[in-house]
Amino acid sequence: MSGVDLGPLWLTLRLAAIVTFLLLLLAAPLAWWLSQTRSRAKPVIEALTALPLVLPPTVLGFYLLILFSPKSTFGAFWVQATGETLTFSFTGLVIASMLYSLPFAVQPLQAAFESLGRAPMEAAAMLRASPFDRFFTVALPLAKRGFLTATVLSFTHTLGEFGVVLMVGGNIPGKTKVISIAIYEHVETIRYADAHVLSAILLVFSFVTLLIVYSLNRQAARITG
Amino acid sequence: MLTLDITLRFPGFCLQVAQKLPQTGITALFGRSGSGKSTLLRVIAGLESRATGRVAYGDDIWQDARHFTPPHKRGLGYVFQDTRLFPHLTVAGNLHYADRRARGLPGPTRDEVTAALDLGPLLQRRPQTLSGGEQSRAAIGRALLTRPRMLLMDEPLAALDEARRAEVLPYLERLRDRIGTPILYVSHNMAEVARLASHLLLIDAGRISHAGALQDLLASPDTISALGVREAGAVIHARLAAQDDDGLSQLHTSAGPLYLPRIDAAIGTSLRIRILAQDVILSRTAPTGLSALNILPATVTELHSGSGPGALVQLRTGDELILARITRRSATALDLAPGTPCFAIVKSVSVAPGNIGKDRAPTAKL
Repeated sequence: MSGVDLGPLWLTLRLAAIVTFLLLLLAAPLAWWLSQTRSRAKPVIEALTALPLVLPPTVLGFYLLILFSPKSTFGAFWVQATGETLTFSFTGLVIASMLYSLPFAVQPLQAAFESLGRAPMEAAAMLRASPFDRFFTVALPLAKRGFLTATVLSFTHTLGEFGVVLMVGGNIPGKTKVISIAIYEHVETIRYADAHVLSAILLVFSFVTLLIVYSLNRQAARITG
Repeated sequence: MLTLDITLRFPGFCLQVAQKLPQTGITALFGRSGSGKSTLLRVIAGLESRATGRVAYGDDIWQDARHFTPPHKRGLGYVFQDTRLFPHLTVAGNLHYADRRARGLPGPTRDEVTAALDLGPLLQRRPQTLSGGEQSRAAIGRALLTRPRMLLMDEPLAALDEARRAEVLPYLERLRDRIGTPILYVSHNMAEVARLASHLLLIDAGRISHAGALQDLLASPDTISALGVREAGAVIHARLAAQDDDGLSQLHTSAGPLYLPRIDAAIGTSLRIRILAQDVILSRTAPTGLSALNILPATVTELHSGSGPGALVQLRTGDELILARITRRSATALDLAPGTPCFAIVKSVSVAPGNIGKDRAPTAKL
């Protein structure tokens, strides 16, 4: 009982950081497209993006397990290309987590972009800014609050995931044993003290993060309001 | 020359304009709200991609059946009614945004624009902390720094109250006379238009009803039906000759001296004065024992009677044309007809300060 193994905590933070970073890169253009398009495909894409909100993680995990399996086309291709399997690997966990947290990044960004309206973009166009230029110099800075929300929600949501990890990642120390799995294991093995420590860390960390975000949002509202 | 031949349909509204626009001075686009003037400006800027037809600037074709130049490549400046300054940048940042993307293009420098619009004290402030008039000036400065080939201004003063408007108007006069970028100016305020513009386009229900030199159009009885009689009033040129002790300013016009309530300007300043048709009284004989100070000898050039009791008389006085709105009964009683000599009487105090503007140094007749 001497000292809790904090390995799962560091692994989880690493996972959440990588997932959040990649997710923002992916979600920003997708959210921008959704906010601007008049395409008929829009509701289909929106529904697909929102699926992880309502699906049980085990369902998502189950399909991903099948997709990642070296017997599937995608899984086989991955093994051929990288020499590693996606199942029960950190990379697989990253991909699965990105899908699982996708709506938490896309939705705040889409809402932020939509609330901009066309006015600032038109103004930038009349100042000789190309579409690319105005996306980076006007849309992104004005959607700052959306980015903050998306970052924090993606990060904290990835911290807390359990079902998907259990399905595709298993419980390999240093590779896929994230904090929620570790807590589950501690409880299963009746090591409540260890479970307490890890749970409390996660609880406090999540609360403090959210508190910071909501305080910043309030400040930002007062400045730009 | 900006050449337009465009159509844009909305449910219940159709904008259809085939028009050539001059590339000098300020051209005013005047019409009621909903007449399509802002929409026309957006079509010219390329912000209404649904518009069909042809837009060309000199040899550059911006839009035709095969081709559409996006807004950022048209080299136009645009001042939006709601200014649209970027809230995440300071005034300096907003100016820099335009300046940085127009490097090496001919046009006013950042210092010139800052000085002409008195933006110096505002540079470090955020747009949200500025007054309405200050925001307008910053937005105009930003648009000028894109070094536009033409500046489109969509009612830049419409959101301001009378006092703020009076504060910004002199800046616009200064820009017109100093910077020389051609401006297309949308407005529904005739006093503003009369002070600023050299050309005038009247737009009604999506179509241009009249187009021409401002002075000619405002002195034409035919235009009045489009403007409404209350807005009828011609613009004459004057030069400030003396400031009298009793609070009046003496103006020199080709028609003779004109006395108006004190105008704050240097002796010798060129002015343009809008005299409303309803403020002019006619007399066949030289009036004596009258309180009015301004009695201008004139000749009737045109008489225009509508179906109502009113008649509109166009008169030549000196080199200027002015309008007088009288009753048809008076016109008959005075036996007015083209060629009739008479006297036009203008009460000094009837000319509101908003109808007096600075003008470019003495110019040839437009």
